[in-house]
Amino acid sequence: MRITCPICGERDRREFYYVGDAVLLERPDPEAGEAAWDDYLHNRDNPAGDTRDLWSHEGGCGAWVVVTRNTVTHEVLATELASDVAADLREARP
Amino acid sequence: MRVTGKGLIDRSTPVSFTFDGRRYDGFAGDSVASALLANDVRLMARSFKYHRPRGVMGAGSEEANALITVGRGSEQDPNVRATVQEVFQELEVFSQNRFPSLEWDLLALNDLAAPFLGAGFYYKTFMWPKSFWERVYEPVIRRAAGLGALSGQGNTDRYEKAFAFCDLLVIGAGPAGLSAARAAARAGADVILADEDSLMGGRLNSETHEIDGMPGAEWAAQAVAELAQMDNVHLMPRTTVTGAYDQGTFGALERVAHHRPRGQAPRECFWRIVAQRSVLATGAIERPVAFRNNDRPGIMTAGAVRSYLNRYGVAPGRATTIFANNDDAHRTARDLVEAGMHVAAVIDSRLEAPDGQGYPVIKGAQVCDTAGRKGLESVTYRATSGEEKIKTDCLAMSGGWNPSVHLSCHMNGRPVWDEAVQAFLPAPGAVPGMRMAGACNGVFSTHGAFVQGAEAAVAALSDLGITTEVGETPEAEDAPYRLQPLWAVPGKGRAWLDFQNDVTVKDVTLAATENFRSVEHMKRYTTQGMAPDQGRNSNVAALAVLADATGRGIAETGTTTFRPPFSPVPVAAMGAGAQGRGFAPERFTTSHKASVERGAPMIEAGLWYRPSYFPAPGETSWRQSCDREVNMVRSAVGVCDVSTLGKIDIQGEDAPAFLDLVYTNMFSTLKVGRTRYGLMLREDGHVMDDGTTARLGQTHYVMTTTTAAAGPVMRHLEYVHQCLRSEWDVRLASVTEQWAQFAVAGPKSRELLNSILDETIDGERWPFMACGAVRVQGVEGRLFRISFSGEHAYEVAVPARYGDSLFRLLLARAGALGGGPYGMEALNVLRIEKGFITHSEIHGRVTADDIGMGRMVSAKKDCIGKTMSERPGLSGPEREQLVGLKPVGTVRQLTAGAHLFNAGDPAERAYGQGYVTSVGFSPTLESYLALAFLKNGRARHGEEIRMVDQLRGITARCEVCHPVFHDPEGEKTRG
Amino acid sequence: MAELIAKTPCAGLLPLEGGAVAVTEVVPEAMTLMAPFNGREAAFSDALKDAHGMATPAPKRATGREGARAVWFGRGQVMLIGARAQTALAGHAAQTDQSDAWAAVRIAGDDAEAVLARLVPMDLRQRVFKRGHTARTLLGHMTTSITRVGDDAFMILVFRSMAETLVHELQTAMKGVAGRRGA
Ligand SMILES: [Zn+2]
Repeated sequence: MRITCPICGERDRREFYYVGDAVLLERPDPEAGEAAWDDYLHNRDNPAGDTRDLWSHEGGCGAWVVVTRNTVTHEVLATELASDVAADLREARP
Repeated sequence: MRVTGKGLIDRSTPVSFTFDGRRYDGFAGDSVASALLANDVRLMARSFKYHRPRGVMGAGSEEANALITVGRGSEQDPNVRATVQEVFQELEVFSQNRFPSLEWDLLALNDLAAPFLGAGFYYKTFMWPKSFWERVYEPVIRRAAGLGALSGQGNTDRYEKAFAFCDLLVIGAGPAGLSAARAAARAGADVILADEDSLMGGRLNSETHEIDGMPGAEWAAQAVAELAQMDNVHLMPRTTVTGAYDQGTFGALERVAHHRPRGQAPRECFWRIVAQRSVLATGAIERPVAFRNNDRPGIMTAGAVRSYLNRYGVAPGRATTIFANNDDAHRTARDLVEAGMHVAAVIDSRLEAPDGQGYPVIKGAQVCDTAGRKGLESVTYRATSGEEKIKTDCLAMSGGWNPSVHLSCHMNGRPVWDEAVQAFLPAPGAVPGMRMAGACNGVFSTHGAFVQGAEAAVAALSDLGITTEVGETPEAEDAPYRLQPLWAVPGKGRAWLDFQNDVTVKDVTLAATENFRSVEHMKRYTTQGMAPDQGRNSNVAALAVLADATGRGIAETGTTTFRPPFSPVPVAAMGAGAQGRGFAPERFTTSHKASVERGAPMIEAGLWYRPSYFPAPGETSWRQSCDREVNMVRSAVGVCDVSTLGKIDIQGEDAPAFLDLVYTNMFSTLKVGRTRYGLMLREDGHVMDDGTTARLGQTHYVMTTTTAAAGPVMRHLEYVHQCLRSEWDVRLASVTEQWAQFAVAGPKSRELLNSILDETIDGERWPFMACGAVRVQGVEGRLFRISFSGEHAYEVAVPARYGDSLFRLLLARAGALGGGPYGMEALNVLRIEKGFITHSEIHGRVTADDIGMGRMVSAKKDCIGKTMSERPGLSGPEREQLVGLKPVGTVRQLTAGAHLFNAGDPAERAYGQGYVTSVGFSPTLESYLALAFLKNGRARHGEEIRMVDQLRGITARCEVCHPVFHDPEGEKTRG
Repeated sequence: MAELIAKTPCAGLLPLEGGAVAVTEVVPEAMTLMAPFNGREAAFSDALKDAHGMATPAPKRATGREGARAVWFGRGQVMLIGARAQTALAGHAAQTDQSDAWAAVRIAGDDAEAVLARLVPMDLRQRVFKRGHTARTLLGHMTTSITRVGDDAFMILVFRSMAETLVHELQTAMKGVAGRRGA
């Protein structure tokens, strides 16, 4: 498997560390309530299809990367810097 | 026997080798199979289950029968195909799965028992008694059925792994592959051409057709020579592409040195090839026909006979019969006659078969039986006029060709049945970026292969933005592919489908009768296709038989799929380089050498190596050394390398806020020049790590992590920064490797330091938890007054280049003060005496409250893990809390991992009160001490509890106490 | 006063020769990791140019030459290798002294690419990875920085503590490559 790091380009999967769903970028407010925190930390879908997850290019430039991929075809559809996605989320916040 | 004037072997280079201890002669360019056939050896193996005598069936990697063992002892390689192993001087090969010898195999009795050994026999027979499975049935069955054996010795050969990259990977160097590689290479693309054979050219080396007016083999050699000269081409002969994986990654096994005596080169190399595009040009495998006794030595595929004749200059028999359902197999008769060999007959199942050219053709007939105990002597055929017997010692059979679609299935692609060629073809687009060309795609003429190969390359290059044209393709035969399906000749007796796993037509029909109608069920019930060849010779015929038995068409019946690897890949090659020191990096501290010189046994701490203890003269056990080292630190001074702890440099305007977020306690309030202990949680509320962080400047901190968590903490900090607070101005850098850092601990620690620091230190300017820059013998260093031993202690750091020198200097000076080095054992006892935690305690399932640090989670701010740590169930008396244990009964020994029970309760899971995490013998208190987690432990100090170690059989009565055993007020640390 | 004696990371391990490859230790005068602060990238770039005469390298590139290079070192990071970082750079970037943190070696020769192809999972072919190109990647199990410093020469950095493993891995790969040439 190969993943395109937005900084380094296409690299072997072994350079990346996998953590899980990209929802980890959307840390709830401490007061958001139990349901929000459960969704942030524990509740996960198991889609047969497109999924977005968070990887770290630990064996490379050190960037955290949001990877959109298909769990059935294994196609990697898009990769973005997590810091960019986080910035967009911040702007979108009221 | 050898045929004069034929073959591509090098007759000027004779070689001799041994088979089962007997010496045979061959030539360079021979395979073991061709050399044995040249010596009239037909019996090469015994079959898997029935121990039937077997010869060769093919001439390439598809070979199902002739598996041999190469070499002996630690150099022994079992299950090598005799058709693939090249001969060289002094090669030793052996037959396998026979006892006592290939000629006289006692286990051939299995063949007589055949009526009982059909499909499902084991499932139906060995059902009871249950205990017999492991002790009786399995060992007996394993001995009777099987392939080659391992030597049982360690493999001493060198293997290799490597990575390669290209624009276009061409898999197979037959006419289609050569054509594709040439078109792409001429257009300037980076091309890798991989072929499993030692000689590139594919069928061109086995056929007599002319290409552009020259022999096919010569044309292939010229094409390969042209490619070999080009810088942008990487030719990989003897390389089997074994798997197609995601994003254009392929696995390939290169047999680097199996064809020559052992030298310096690795035996094999397992390649990971990354290709932008690929062309599958893997050709096709000729399929046998199932008829009674179709497995005798001397019966092989028609194409194999041509390979032996045209490539190796060997006639597998003196009188050859051909049995086929297609035009292509008639070439075998033509080639044999042209070479002056005798063709007994061509038996063609079709009434419309072509006429013979100097040989008789019996049309509309089928071979229905054969005879000859250890080699073919005659065949019986059935024609409209009745049955006839022919004396013949070689039968060349052909049921048509199966395209080698395997790699197209590796990413879930299902091959598609094609009525016209009566075969499964690769599904287009089955592997992203892969195009198929030639015989593997159902195009069987040489001309068609050339055209399709070039077209595939041109299309692949066009994807990559390189424009080129197909150009002129060489002149070559373009015969139509004519065949009439024939899978199994009806009749009594056993007709083999899967030669390698001894599966017959009867087994498959039995499966259908017993309602195993799905092809997947039939496969598992009969073991059809489950041998090392993965059914590549037999799957299609087997499912045709199944289709027939169940009254369905082949397309409807479907096919099982093919998974990687295409051919077996030795684990030694896949794991190359990862044995011994290659298993994981070894991290050595700067004091490593000096520690080893002092006789310290080094133990692994993650990837690091740290000294366990430093034996003094006269000490005979680690405990003696450990006790002495503990006493030394408590009474004088000890030195310990702590460079393995993670050190992370944190700078920037938002560094204080950042630390407040990742630690439970406040760091924005820490004064410059001071250090503070910090506790870090995971977002789920459990403890992640702990350590001290020093504030070196207003916006500059250096964080210390535990040795074990250095990597994970760095990753976590990057996550918090990049994913949660990317707008913050904070910069992280690991400086673990920059500094050699030594703990100097004990009442004489300041005295020792003052003997090496350029400016002396005192308690006023260097109180407990102070930090700052110092000069050590003129070198810029750092000093931290922190303690993991409970003593008055410091950690002194210098740039790593000086680490070895400073360690030696510290030890020399400490010696004069009655001190010296201490190792991990003493360090562990010192911290247990003080109740300091390590990852034995913060093992991932404990919360801040569990370890008595609930109040360290600041109420004034948010931090990672805070919200979840407040959840019910993550704190409170129902949880197991950190306590100390002291033995109070007759048994004085405590053990880590033991469980705790109330006196009177049975020592069973349901009554568990907790468990012991750390244990050490304290010379200070002259007792074993333990840290443990105990239900509601903080409220139970003074109670008695029972420790039970079920594994070691130790039970001890303990008193529950505060986890800090020594100097609970911390007077020594601060003093 | 006793003197502290400096040791290089690969002391006693190098040089190494085998086949058409030579591996030697590189001992730069200093190595400084620099990560420009938010909004200071341009100022840092100017300061680097003024102080050291080198442009700030774009990602995956190295500037400067033998003796003093600025090597891109990962997301938002540049390693100044060779020259001692001038004080003019302070304030523009977080700086950490890494002079002792890395083992640096030079691998050169006709087979240098072939040796690295056995250890590094990325494309280092001349056509793709040219002189002045640099990468953060893996060498075996180790994180590394690899820079092409010549047509057949690379500079490789791994953590100082892993110097022995680096040499062991290179030696093993060199034996394999040389063994093919010889046999
Ligand atoms: Zn990257």
